[in-house]
Amino acid sequence: MTDLMPRERLNRRGSLEPRAPGTPRRSRAVSLVLACLVLMTLDLVGGESSPVDAARRLVGEAYAPVEAGVDAVLGPVLAVSGWFRTQDSLTEDVARLEAENDRLRGDLATVDYERNRLEEYDGLTAAAEQIGYALVPARVIGIGPAQTFSRTVTIDAGTDAGLRPDLTVVSAAGLVGRVIRVTSSSATVLLVIDADSTVGGRVGSSMKIGFLHGRGDLGDFGRTGRLDLELVDQTTVPARGDAVVTWGSEDGAPYVSGVPVGTVRSVYSSVRDSTQRAVIAPYVDFGALDLVGVVVPSGTASDRAVVEPDGTLR
Amino acid sequence: MSQTTSGLTPGITTPRAAAAVWVLLMAVVLQVSVLPHLAFRGVVADVVLLVVVAVGLRHGSEPAMVLGFAGGLLLDLVPPADHVAGRWALALLVAGYVAGRVSGRAGRAGRAGSPRWPVLLGTVAACSFVASSLFAVSGMVLRDPLVGVPALLETVLVAVLSDVLLGALLVPLVLALDQRLEPDRLPA
Repeated sequence: MTDLMPRERLNRRGSLEPRAPGTPRRSRAVSLVLACLVLMTLDLVGGESSPVDAARRLVGEAYAPVEAGVDAVLGPVLAVSGWFRTQDSLTEDVARLEAENDRLRGDLATVDYERNRLEEYDGLTAAAEQIGYALVPARVIGIGPAQTFSRTVTIDAGTDAGLRPDLTVVSAAGLVGRVIRVTSSSATVLLVIDADSTVGGRVGSSMKIGFLHGRGDLGDFGRTGRLDLELVDQTTVPARGDAVVTWGSEDGAPYVSGVPVGTVRSVYSSVRDSTQRAVIAPYVDFGALDLVGVVVPSGTASDRAVVEPDGTLR
Repeated sequence: MSQTTSGLTPGITTPRAAAAVWVLLMAVVLQVSVLPHLAFRGVVADVVLLVVVAVGLRHGSEPAMVLGFAGGLLLDLVPPADHVAGRWALALLVAGYVAGRVSGRAGRAGRAGSPRWPVLLGTVAACSFVASSLFAVSGMVLRDPLVGVPALLETVLVAVLSDVLLGALLVPLVLALDQRLEPDRLPA
């Protein structure tokens, strides 16, 4: 084949090394692979303050407006399918009832917890602190693909809206995840169902604490995402249907306390090491996330209306 | 054909390079914002990979590797991504290499200098499998996510399937765009 292409016989250095068509120069191939490896090493060794984060932020700043724009254009198109399936008034009714259902379920989930907490803590200090939290509303504008094996979404609020990393993200139904990275107009949220996610959880009825781990499975297509709960006190067995809420971290970062997470679906006990593992069904449908709220300190300066703990908009 | 260096693969000219970069940027938007709404089991067809495969089929390994590296880097950095940067870059780079090796005679055997259907779909499937598996394996090496092998295999298979489905539509489109930009002489 090489005698058909006399020009291929002389390479740039003038030596007689024929290069088959379609094959790359070795130097370039090696340098590209090395570039990948260097990048991975930089990102991995850098850890929390990785030098790659600057590039990530830059790309985020450039792409977030585009993503938000595409999402805005796509909204009406996606709404068409719902419009075909049923009439306007019915869709509206279903949305309203679902919202009400979520609210009531949230109320029900925290009843045990609230009652126990009132008995445990004395006085006004706790009550004042635990009335509620201010929320910055945001919409999901990008969803990470399953091929990356990490469950993250992009929301359309960033530092301009008063966000910073390590803030709790909730929806009307319950806990969604936490903010891990922000740009000026967008933020990346790690969902609680991510395999890397660990949340402190409390069983509302018994006040026992434990850790909730994600399984990395989004739970669409008829299946629902699940969380595993490992209780610190191995002797107690949570009952099926018990509500689980967050028990919160110091200073409310990354998770604030008292946010409903899900209900106990089933309990597995291991005879060998006498531990209990409960499977939790989260309240939030992670396959259909849209409007979420980010918990911020009351009085945060923001580019949009902030929902205050008493339900007013500011 | 003055800038062509090989008799079998047409050369990369400035309009072609600019078009490839533009298509790549659009592919990232498509992949991040539009296709998740059509996802099956959360798996989104890899549009950037398809662009890289198309370029590899037409122009050989080297441009495809450079494009794969650039596209992968963008996927590594664009917002919802939260893995070690460089993993998609490496995966798509190797996919570009694989696609480029098919170029040449097999890549131009069909009508108007495009590859025949079995070659095209086979290349897409092979590249998709290589890229998805490489991404998963690099994750295992770097201990990024804690995922079991069965779940991993299932995801890779669904990814290959969705890539082939979308590839049947998209790769000929990119090839046609490339051809339209600067019509080459048809292969003898």
